[in-house]
Amino acid sequence: MTPQANFMVLAAIDPPRETALRGLLASMNGAPGRVNAANALIPFAQFDTLHFARFVILDDKTLEDVRVYGLPVRTYPLYLAFLGDIDGDLDAFLGKLVKRAEKGLRSIFSCCAGFTSDTDLVEWMKRNSAPVIANYVNCRGRTVRRIREEAALKKALEEHLQSHAPALTGIPPRELFSKLQQFVNAEKSAGRLTLSDESPTPIGWWIKNALHLVGVPLLFLLALPLLIVIAPIFLILLRRKEKTDPELCWRVDQAYSDALSLLEDRDVTNQFTALASRKPGFVRLWTLIGILAGVDYAARHLVRPGRLGRIRTIHFARWVLLDGKKRGTFFSNYDGTVEAYMDDFINKAGFGLNAIFCNAIGYPRTNWLFRDGCADEQKYRNFLRRHTLPTQVWYKAYPGLTAIDLERNRRIREGLESSSMSEQETREWVALL
Amino acid sequence: MGRPSMKQSEVDYSDVQGLVRFGYGKMKEASYVHLRVKDVTAARGWLRNAPVSSAVATTPPPPSAMQVAFTAAGLEALGVPPSVLAGFSPEFLTGMTEENRARRLGDVGSNAPSQWEWGNATSVPHLMVMFFAEPGRLQAFMQNSKGNAWNAAFEEQRWLGTADLDGIEPFGFTDGISQPQIDWERQRNVTRPQIDYSNVVALGEFLLGYSNEYDKYTDRPLIDADSASARRLLAAEDAPEKKDIGRNGTYLVMRQLRQDVRSFWQFVNRRAGGNSAEADKLGAAFVGRTRAGDPLVPMQEQPIPGIGPDPEQIRQNQFTFAKDPMGAGCPFGAHVRRENPRNTDYPGRPTGLAKLITMLGFGPSGFRDDLMSSVRFHRILRRGREYGPELLPENALAPAPPNDPERGLQFICLNANISRQFEFLQNAWTVNTKFSGLTGESDPLIGNREAIPGCPVTDDFTMQKDGSLRRRVSGLPQFITVRGGAYFFLPGLRALRYFAGAGDT
Repeated sequence: MTPQANFMVLAAIDPPRETALRGLLASMNGAPGRVNAANALIPFAQFDTLHFARFVILDDKTLEDVRVYGLPVRTYPLYLAFLGDIDGDLDAFLGKLVKRAEKGLRSIFSCCAGFTSDTDLVEWMKRNSAPVIANYVNCRGRTVRRIREEAALKKALEEHLQSHAPALTGIPPRELFSKLQQFVNAEKSAGRLTLSDESPTPIGWWIKNALHLVGVPLLFLLALPLLIVIAPIFLILLRRKEKTDPELCWRVDQAYSDALSLLEDRDVTNQFTALASRKPGFVRLWTLIGILAGVDYAARHLVRPGRLGRIRTIHFARWVLLDGKKRGTFFSNYDGTVEAYMDDFINKAGFGLNAIFCNAIGYPRTNWLFRDGCADEQKYRNFLRRHTLPTQVWYKAYPGLTAIDLERNRRIREGLESSSMSEQETREWVALL
Repeated sequence: MGRPSMKQSEVDYSDVQGLVRFGYGKMKEASYVHLRVKDVTAARGWLRNAPVSSAVATTPPPPSAMQVAFTAAGLEALGVPPSVLAGFSPEFLTGMTEENRARRLGDVGSNAPSQWEWGNATSVPHLMVMFFAEPGRLQAFMQNSKGNAWNAAFEEQRWLGTADLDGIEPFGFTDGISQPQIDWERQRNVTRPQIDYSNVVALGEFLLGYSNEYDKYTDRPLIDADSASARRLLAAEDAPEKKDIGRNGTYLVMRQLRQDVRSFWQFVNRRAGGNSAEADKLGAAFVGRTRAGDPLVPMQEQPIPGIGPDPEQIRQNQFTFAKDPMGAGCPFGAHVRRENPRNTDYPGRPTGLAKLITMLGFGPSGFRDDLMSSVRFHRILRRGREYGPELLPENALAPAPPNDPERGLQFICLNANISRQFEFLQNAWTVNTKFSGLTGESDPLIGNREAIPGCPVTDDFTMQKDGSLRRRVSGLPQFITVRGGAYFFLPGLRALRYFAGAGDT
């Protein structure tokens, strides 16, 4: 298995260069919200291990929110963030990226403070990388290559079924399955279909993953006595804050919302970028860190492939804390409209959503961390829209395919390659076609 | 049963426009007129005295009814201040034709607002007056209702006629069978997770000013009682110091949908090899009901709250799709299964520990399990009427004569939250080619067939089979075309009088 990796370059924009940077980023799009995958700066389509990528200017319009806690408004640099989700080794990818797109990367990053013409690009990107605190991958090890091969398989099957419908209609599932298996094998032999074997899992990754699997609960157990002692006080403090933290959930300016909408619903999948200030104090800081660590662990080891809790529409998502953990960002790639996405969050994963986002200033009031909050759905939607940022450039390697499409294709392929399927499994496999 | 701390008053039916409670089915004739305000003073004067019908039930029922609804532009034209307008929903304020919204609603290609006959930028009505009457009484009723001030007040933009096809929509299928039952008595407990499908829906989903399926009050304009006209408004239940302009009002979504009945039956007939019984079956698969309105899945034993006691209604509506997980009875993509999947908050009715397990994402793991949003947040109240002459399916196979008259549906639905109800339904369930694990097909009846990036094919329809290969019908033409549309506000009667006197002190 080739596990995915991710990167996020985060650098302060050199203020006089901001306009130029925005121009450069806009030049990478063919139309609003639609990247030109072959653009001259970074021809994303040439990187066959790149799932998603985005450039986004982290322009925080809600910095004044800290005033509700009587805190002075801080000024942060205006950041440019460059994110990607890739297959395999990050160093190898960055090497390839720099090789193919050095000129483009340099012209973009030259708009950032401290970047000069003789800066070592890879070294600079690594130095300016922001660590992810919680990460979600829809299906570990499902590479871009695999996704494309399986999409081609689905298409070939579709065409075959269409042209041979009379002969294949009504026949029992097992017979249909074996006929299709023969067809696929023949296509593979003829070189018209490729279904590559999985590469061996890198041993280093495997060890790290196993250590993480065991290590995190172990650390938790070790800390448990201390946690038990602290917990009551912590909970009392949290509860007190929860009851008094102000809500900042007014409706966002229509023009701002329209500008976001302009970039949305151009593909079956959408990008989402949100930024907010964390509520002050160590209680909120450690609640956030604790919950995100739990989410990261669950996403890595516990959740079912294709699901984040009950949500089945997210391809990749991650949380990154900025500026000494004073601000937090959330990035995701999800299917459907933002309204449907929020609907999923509210109705299917409200408890998790609350536990994380209630640590952001202005979130609708929660009740014991997990309850209420986003159940006040209009306030929640207002809150979130206020914190959503326009994503200037967004690339997806497989337009038109949803996470559900990918799962269907994976199930079709795995069925074809499985040595034995029960009668029931065969019926379910046939139902995927 | 609601929150004890908050006063839950009874609904004052005399303040609600009748269309919310009644479909006016006995009033077989109806006509809608789109108006522009010509003279504000005259328009307000007419509205102050307009005999708008309320939702009070009378015996015998009245022979006629009139309703009034406003667009955002209309409220503005009447002088409603911007600060008040700003309290309405963004969808209502920016309108159905806003570019990004149109994309989400599938109003692209031949459905694009630029192609519409009415409702696009240059022809947004200010208000719509709807007249309903028993046969033979409509003309006289309209004349009477208009009165003397009408001509000075309004410019008549367009009359939208309707036709009585006796409960059959133009394609030939019985229509209007399934409607949510409004919880007028406010007895429904929405706070616990719903694991059984219910057809009873919180009042706040269809009327502003009452709590909705989230047990919250949908945003609407609340104002201070600082003018005589404002003081006559009811107080907001959730903010008693404020007056509630939304109270007893709701949003009315209107879309004129042209139906190509010939294209529908000719296509179905072709795919059925000319066999009319097979054609009926295929048509029924598209719709998810037979032409007589019978569902394609068996009725369930267990009663469903809000369905019945009428035996006919029970026979046609006491079902869910829980017993048809493979889509072998009713295709996943069939119109009625898209528009109301009849699902619940959790798949598979879990209780206790099983619910927790499901909540954490370890419930049923089949490909199609838990794909959909819970339907109770996405119900609409349909109040549409047909227009154009009837064309029976058996006559639809003949080629269209020259000047074949247009026929279709004046689609109207009522909802308190356009974005979460109508728009969600239209986007996520109707035009979405990825609905319920499908790919390459939108609603067979009312979807468009526009290609989307990466998905060239969107004109399929799939009939799932349990245990053998599905049947895929491809090349579905687009059977409906949007001819116009707008979002209206159907105010409560106190709010209507407030608008009529808006600006007065």
